[in-house]
Amino acid sequence: MATAVQATVERENYLNNGYTLKSWLLTKDHKRIAILYLISITAMFFVGGFFAMLIRLELLTPAGDLVSSDTYNKLFTMHGISMIFFFLIPSVPAVLGNFLIPLMIGAKDLAFPKLNLASWYIFMIGATFGLTSMLLGGVDTGWTFYTPFSTTYSNTHVIGAALGIFIAGFASIFTGLNFIVTIHRMRAPGMTWNRLPLFCWSNYAASVIMVLGTPVVAITILLVALERLFHIGVFNPALGGDPLLFQHLFWFYSHPAVYIMILPGMGVISEVVPCFARKRVFGYEFVALASIAIAVLGFLVWAHHMYVAGISVYAALVFSLLSYLVAIPSAVKVFNWTATLYKGSIRYDTPMLYAFAFIGLFTIGGLTGVFLASLGIDVHVTDTYFVVAHFHFVMVGGMVVAYLAGLHFWWPKMTGKLYPEGWAKLSALLVFVGFNLTFLPQFVLGYMGMPRRYHAYPPEFQVLNVLSTAGASVLAVGYVLPMIYFVWSLRYGKDAGPNPWNAVGLEWMTESPPPTHNFDETPVVTWEAYDYEHQPDEEVTVGR
Amino acid sequence: MASQVDGLYLFLVSVSVFFTLLIFALVFVFAVKFRKSAHAKAEHIEGSLPLELTWTLIPLGITMIFFAWGALIYFQEARPPRGAMEVYAVGKQWMWKFEHETGQREINALHVPVGRDVKMIMSSQDVIHSFYVPAFRIKQDVLPGRYTTTWFRPTKVGTYHLFCAEYCGTEHSGMIGEVVVMEATAYQAWLANGGATASMSANGKELFSQLGCATCHRSDTQGRGPNLVGIFGKPVQLNDGRTVMADENYIRESILNPQAKIVAGFQPIMPTFQGQVTEESLGALVSYVKSLSQPQQKAEGGTPQPAAANESN
Repeated sequence: MATAVQATVERENYLNNGYTLKSWLLTKDHKRIAILYLISITAMFFVGGFFAMLIRLELLTPAGDLVSSDTYNKLFTMHGISMIFFFLIPSVPAVLGNFLIPLMIGAKDLAFPKLNLASWYIFMIGATFGLTSMLLGGVDTGWTFYTPFSTTYSNTHVIGAALGIFIAGFASIFTGLNFIVTIHRMRAPGMTWNRLPLFCWSNYAASVIMVLGTPVVAITILLVALERLFHIGVFNPALGGDPLLFQHLFWFYSHPAVYIMILPGMGVISEVVPCFARKRVFGYEFVALASIAIAVLGFLVWAHHMYVAGISVYAALVFSLLSYLVAIPSAVKVFNWTATLYKGSIRYDTPMLYAFAFIGLFTIGGLTGVFLASLGIDVHVTDTYFVVAHFHFVMVGGMVVAYLAGLHFWWPKMTGKLYPEGWAKLSALLVFVGFNLTFLPQFVLGYMGMPRRYHAYPPEFQVLNVLSTAGASVLAVGYVLPMIYFVWSLRYGKDAGPNPWNAVGLEWMTESPPPTHNFDETPVVTWEAYDYEHQPDEEVTVGR
Repeated sequence: MASQVDGLYLFLVSVSVFFTLLIFALVFVFAVKFRKSAHAKAEHIEGSLPLELTWTLIPLGITMIFFAWGALIYFQEARPPRGAMEVYAVGKQWMWKFEHETGQREINALHVPVGRDVKMIMSSQDVIHSFYVPAFRIKQDVLPGRYTTTWFRPTKVGTYHLFCAEYCGTEHSGMIGEVVVMEATAYQAWLANGGATASMSANGKELFSQLGCATCHRSDTQGRGPNLVGIFGKPVQLNDGRTVMADENYIRESILNPQAKIVAGFQPIMPTFQGQVTEESLGALVSYVKSLSQPQQKAEGGTPQPAAANESN
């Protein structure tokens, strides 16, 4: 046994085939680039998290007493920018997608390895612009950059931050392009579209949005910068522009962008649930097509952010109807994941605990989105904490939880090491409890009428804000723990072996960590996706 | 309006709680009943078209109810009833300025009588703001360069929060105020002590002659500009064949950007008044033009114009 382990360790893999800085910074290996992205976006997550903690501490008391109004406005702006553009959008695609898509389809790499490396560099340049503008004094427009505030009235580093987002957008386009071409052209023999893992389907759908949507926000943000610099009068009515034009263009990307963020997370759940239920996912075709439906319909709902902005009532009517339609495929996915559990043989390992949390929290996030699609309700709750709570239920309760599920699920594959299961379960529990305590009270605050982006607030809102801040503290511990035990596991974790979960999927048929070229021989696929029916019942190695 | 929004909200909450509990219960029961130690071997199930159709069509049907109900409320909110009293609001970083038709001005407070429909005609001097009174369940963004409107009918005497709901810069959370709902008599007393010297339309009339508008916009058919008597709320034929409704935004645009829409039969000779009139003056001018289309009930506002034949049209 000991010799067998020894042999595995000494085999060349993507981690041990070079230890120099150069071997990392000039790598074209999708797996190494995924690790580079992992490190970068983890840093951005903790930057954004730090801003969030300061926001929650300020809101502990009704008076604006911890930081000044200007500082508070910068904090929520920079929280939004770091988390959305530099963490959530790249999170699952650029880390897990980058690492796994070639492995899952039996390819040696992505279609354009150099483009992939370029994407990381571009992301880093964008992040540098973003961070530099934060260090130089920050930006206070909100992550939404509404005009004419952003173009004319704000005195902060709008252009620097805008350029950061503009540049990072290209990283996103490159990644999307790479995924689309790779999934079309590089599937192993026998890996038909009907056998494609749902993780690939959902990343494919997200990639389509990245490629089609990102150029629009890039142009929009460029116009904001140009209007600031040269007063060209596109958005500011005083110069002959139209401030609602900005909102249309911004949301044309930024609403689909929430599907860029959530679709890959749904993909993770579609992998984790079958593995730990030991069953093929229920209604595979419907889950796959739901991703495509979301990507297509997601482009047609943007003005539901603008019901009170001054658009025509008939436009609002159409966008409300379409917004309800986009809710349906998400509901279909939730029902299918739930049905997958039926007559399974379910294990409660950490990734599955996160998947359970995802199903619950995403259900609440999705249903509260249905509230916001309703014209009559939205007029009251838009721009209040109801929206903040809904958005965080989908983005944190949904996306971040799915990302954590995925990290725990594939960590053994990525590093060859097992994380400590007990600590991981504890952190999953802390994340779940902390998250609910943070954001459930915000739904109530919103319906009571507390507007978002308020530095100070009337005293009757304090109790719920204190609960929310208490929850955020628990949540913070839940996020720091995995950071510690993942790093710990790199040195002290047990060896994972190629397939610690006894999962199906091509990525589990190669070593952990995978060799540089992924597979010694190109696999030939003769079985359906999630073929747990024919997977021999081995004892799984985790937690034993 | 608040009770209608709350009614729909409660309906949505009940349906959502039902589905959330359903999903939670199913996940919980399946996770326990089919745990590995109790159910060692998973059974292969491919999927089920009838089930997929069920959980596609039932949610679709339910959401269509949400859609229709929400849309009905929204349409009511978008259409101020006839005869509503009008208040002009101007948002600026970081305060709310209100002016009543009768000329009373106030800042960060809005006094209104209970039981009356109140129509808000709002614009911003700088960035986008949003007029939000949670107790009335209404919110409307306030934009620079155009009017937006909303309305409410307070049903209970009291003082209610007024918030700016669209982020507008440093003191966004300080751009708050109160809506004071008063008994009709108390409101009349408040108006009397309001320090107004003239009504908005009277101020507008004054401006109308000061700015020289009256030289072209004569109240007969001889002027170089269209006669404004009776035009408000009526369709206007333009020289490019289009027809537009003469509403607050049309009047506003015609003052600030007169070349945008030329009335059929007239020359594009009017100069712009952009930069020469404040938001408050604009409101007064709009109010005056409106008064030219109203029957004598506005006479107490100091409008000497004869009531044009408008109700009959």
